[in-house]
Order: sequence, then structure tokens, then C-alpha cells
Amino acid sequence: MAMPAQPRLAVFKFASCDGCQLSLLDCEDELLSISERVDIVHFPEASRRMLKGPYDIALVEGSITTAHDRERLTEIREQSRFLICIGACATAGGLQAMRNFTDVGDYARAVYPHPEYLSTLETSTPIADHVAVDYELRGCPVDKYQLLEVVLAFATGRRPQIARESVCMECKARGNVCVLVAQGQQCLGPITQAGCGALCPAYARGCYGCFGVKEQAQVGLLIDHLRARHGMTLDQARRSLRAYNPAAEPLQIIALECDEEGAAAGSAGSGGHDG
Amino acid sequence: MRRWTPTDLQTLIDSLLADGIRVLGPRVGDAAILYDEIDTLPIGCGDEQAPGYYRLTARHDQSRFGYNLGPSTWKQFLFPPEEAIFRVQDGEFISCREQPEKMAFIGVRACELAAVSIQDRVFMGDFTDPGYASRRENLLLIAVNCSQASGNCFCASTGDGPAVGVGADLILTEVRPEDPYYLVEAQTEAGQWMIAAVGGPVAAPEEIDARDEVIAATRQQMQREFATEGIADALLSALDHPHWDVVAERCLACGNCTQVCPTCFCSTTREHVNPVSLDVTHMRGWDSCFTADHSYLSGGVVRQSVKSRYRQWLTHKLAGWDQQFGLSGCTGCGRCISWCPVGIDLTEEVAEIRRPL
Repeated sequence: MAMPAQPRLAVFKFASCDGCQLSLLDCEDELLSISERVDIVHFPEASRRMLKGPYDIALVEGSITTAHDRERLTEIREQSRFLICIGACATAGGLQAMRNFTDVGDYARAVYPHPEYLSTLETSTPIADHVAVDYELRGCPVDKYQLLEVVLAFATGRRPQIARESVCMECKARGNVCVLVAQGQQCLGPITQAGCGALCPAYARGCYGCFGVKEQAQVGLLIDHLRARHGMTLDQARRSLRAYNPAAEPLQIIALECDEEGAAAGSAGSGGHDG
Repeated sequence: MRRWTPTDLQTLIDSLLADGIRVLGPRVGDAAILYDEIDTLPIGCGDEQAPGYYRLTARHDQSRFGYNLGPSTWKQFLFPPEEAIFRVQDGEFISCREQPEKMAFIGVRACELAAVSIQDRVFMGDFTDPGYASRRENLLLIAVNCSQASGNCFCASTGDGPAVGVGADLILTEVRPEDPYYLVEAQTEAGQWMIAAVGGPVAAPEEIDARDEVIAATRQQMQREFATEGIADALLSALDHPHWDVVAERCLACGNCTQVCPTCFCSTTREHVNPVSLDVTHMRGWDSCFTADHSYLSGGVVRQSVKSRYRQWLTHKLAGWDQQFGLSGCTGCGRCISWCPVGIDLTEEVAEIRRPL
């Protein structure tokens, strides 16, 4: 079945900060053009017009942290021809997935005066853990040009052109000087997927890994090197692996190894983050 | 041969700029020496390099060329990281080729000159890349004999340096870094024209010795050795050597080595699509044999493992290249060693792979 000339696009939000869907509004110069190419029928952040499904393209932001959201997601999946996850929360649990490695009750008690009013799951999980997804766009937040590319690709029935290579590739193309080699900074660029345009290194700061792991990422290798040569502590390693994309498997594996090493060394806090 | 002062060198830059030529050379930026548009040369800059390590240092002298190679290569100007090739507008193909501007590279080292001539074979050999060729034809090359070597240099082993070979318009030698002067030789008519624009006294005959001493001292300083003899056969007959697995356990497959390599020429293409008209601009950009997409063919990725990617890079650079272009793809610049985040050393890996089992 061919895509209609003006596919119906909807934007949905789960546990997230809204930054990814705001990237769509950030497409200031291109926004009018997009709205000619697709019919934005449900985008509460942008318009009061919220039409019912079915939808041709659903952009889904955020992770699943409540039972209610899980049900809502199932309905959205049923209403959507293509479901596209946007951002680190939707693709790898997001910052809020740090609860996955400790007792969520501790956070609830620390943050809310009446935690008993909360109804939340023990974990923050990616959309793909619950329903079939058609595409995952990485980033915290996503890059607006990549978002445009993905929307256009689905709207016109072609494969999105999104590279799976390392941030280093963009970093060198941009002419940045490697902050790891020239300044000894802790940088996750070599294991992180490109797409941001090597933004942080362009401002002389190591990559935080917000776009998640690249294909064939040698996570343990880089972490070992940063610890041996660039002063990364075990706790820094664990925190950096569980920052933006905690549910990404290659990061989880090495973070667990860090936990085990910490436990073996008898250090305090074998897996949790204390504040 | 002429003898110039630092002021004469500045006069050369000024006269090139006055002629509307884009002058590209060393600039201090982001904790390294970069190649960029310049109107003067940095003074007293040096560096320390080891595998996976680079630090900009102060030399506390007046040298203009006292630094070794940084992460920039001249290829970024001749074979840019991203370039529009053509666009399709209302169903019509329109070339994006621009009128080439005149460029002058200042401070080209021997290994870099060799790298430019290798890329000349790639882009102007059996097939001519029109963009590259037009930029290359409008280029002045002002080379420098190296007056020092970094910990990662090995051009003496590959035979590409430290003395500048053929292909430059002008060759400079910096003598006496605390109070430098420059021995200047022209290799082409354009070089003679540049000498005429600046003037300066003819150098005394014994200055040739001063030049040769600078080069000999650099050669002496170069610690790293690389056995190049028979390397192509040795590598191609060692495709199953267990050391490939050892390298693969240390390689991040990030692609940095290929992006800083002055001879790596792989590219990929992608389309920039206008959201309304759906007009397309066909872009060409740097690629790397360390990415999965590089070997993606219908049905899947050919080189899935890190091992197969590293082996592809090394065997192409040092063996396949010879079959394709009649020479090795390595000029001993050592950038792949310095800028590998984990410091994988090509010279050591090759030595291991050449070791009989």
C-alpha cells in the first residue's frame, strides 16, 4: 500500500523531557515545508488540533515507566502504520532508567513529599521492549536534521540515510581536534553513534554518548583505556555508561562488570547511585 | 638558493594574499597545530607525540616550523570532507562544480608532499576526478624540510622524507630556530616567481651544508623504524595470522586512523533532499573502511568483524595499494599512531604480522 501524498503524522510522548519532539518545532526554516509534505494531525506540543487515528507515521518520544503508559502505547501501535521512536528515552530508557539499577522507592521518597500517591513501574524501558517499532532515531535530544530526514524518508517511501558509524567520523570531518588524544579528556566518541555532528567535541568537551552505542562498539575496550590512561574512576565509568542510554545492551554489560568489580573490591554502593 | 629572514617569509604570505590567493598553513587551535587559512605563521610551537598521545608545547624559540604533524592533512582542501557533486532540480541534472580558487599550502612536509602525489594518482590516474584536478591545478606547494621528528614519524623508513622530494614549487629549510633564517629553493617556475616577489640575498655556497645538516639531524632523531621491503607479499601471505585477532581486541573501529591519513581516499555518497520540492543534491563525503556501511552490499555487510576491517585497511594501504597504484599508501607520517584513541601502532602491528609463526 503506497503512502498517501500527504501522510498523517502524529507525535506522542511518554516519560521524557519533551526535547525530542521540540526538535520538530526547532526546524524553524523547514517547518512550513514539512507541514506541506505531511499532515500533522496530532501534536499537542504544537497545536490544539488533535485528531484521532489511524496515523501513517507516529513519532514516539519517551520511555515506559507506568502501567497506564504501557496500555496507551499498545493503542498507539494499533493506530499507526509506521511507529518511529525518537530519542534516547524511547530507544534506550533515557536518564530515568537509572532507576533500573536501584530501588525506585528510594528515588520516590527522596523527591516526593507523598510518594504513596505515585503509581510507577520499577523500571524505565524502551518502546521496543513493549511493541514492534519500525525505526529508532537516536540522540538526547535527536538531531533535527536527522529527524527531518527520517520523517521525509518515511513520507516518501525510502530508506532513511542515517549513518551508524562513530562520532569520531563526524568529528574529524568537522575538523575538530581530538579532545581525548590532544587533551586527555574522557570521550565516548569512539563507541558512540554519529548524528550530532560531534557537537560536544566541537566545544572542546568529550562526548557524553547521548546518541547511544555505534554498531560493533568496543565499549569495554574504551572504558578500560579511559580508566588506565585518562583517570576515569570506576564510579565515573559506571555513571557514564548509565547516563543517557542505560538500557542499551553493550553499555549494560560493561556497567554490570563495573558493578561486579566494585563489589569485589568491597567499595561502597555496588550498583546504585547515591544522589 | 636564497637566504630569507622571517620578515621575508611574511612578505611571501602578504604577496600571495595580495594576489587573491587563499593561503593555507599552520595555525594554533584547540590544543594542536591545524591547517587553516592564515595570514602569518605561529612562532615557537612544538609538540610531543606518542601512540594515542599529542600535546602542543612551547619551544621557547623563534621557529616557525618547529612543530611536527598535527591532525589536519592537506587532503581536506583537495578532497574535502563533504562536497556537492550535482543536484537534480525539476528532473534536470545540474553540476555543482565551482570555479576553483587559487590556493597556496605553506609548510608542506616531505611525507605530505608524497601523500599529495599519491592522491594525484588516485584522483587523476585512470579516472580523473574533475573537482580534485581543478583544485590541484590551481595550487602552489611551499614545502619545508623537517628540522625535527616526532616520536611517531617514520618517513625515513618509507623513503618519503625527511628531505622534501620532487613536486613542490618552493622548498624552505629553517636553520637556527632560536634566531631563524630560511634557505629557499625553487623547483618550478612558480617557485621562481615567488622568490622574485620576495627577493633576498643569494645564499652562500656553504649554506647547502647547513641545509643538509638540518635534514641529517632530523633523520638521526627519528627513532621509529618500519621494514618496508617485501611488505606487500608478506602481508598478503599472512591473512590468517593470529595477530589480526590480537589487534582486533584492541581496535575500536572508530575510523580515526583513516580520517587523519593523508592518503586514505574512500568516499561515500548521500542525497540531501529538499522537503518541499524533493529536489536532491548529491553529496560526496569521507568514508572509512572501519564503518559497517562501507562494505554494505545488497543483502548485508561484507566486513562485519573489527578484525576484517582492520585487516582490510592495513593490507590495502600497504599491499593492495601497490597493485592498484604502483606504490605503497603509507608515507610514514605517523598520524594513524598519534590519533588512534587507544594508540594502536601500525609499525608494531606489521612487525608482529610479519613475524614467522
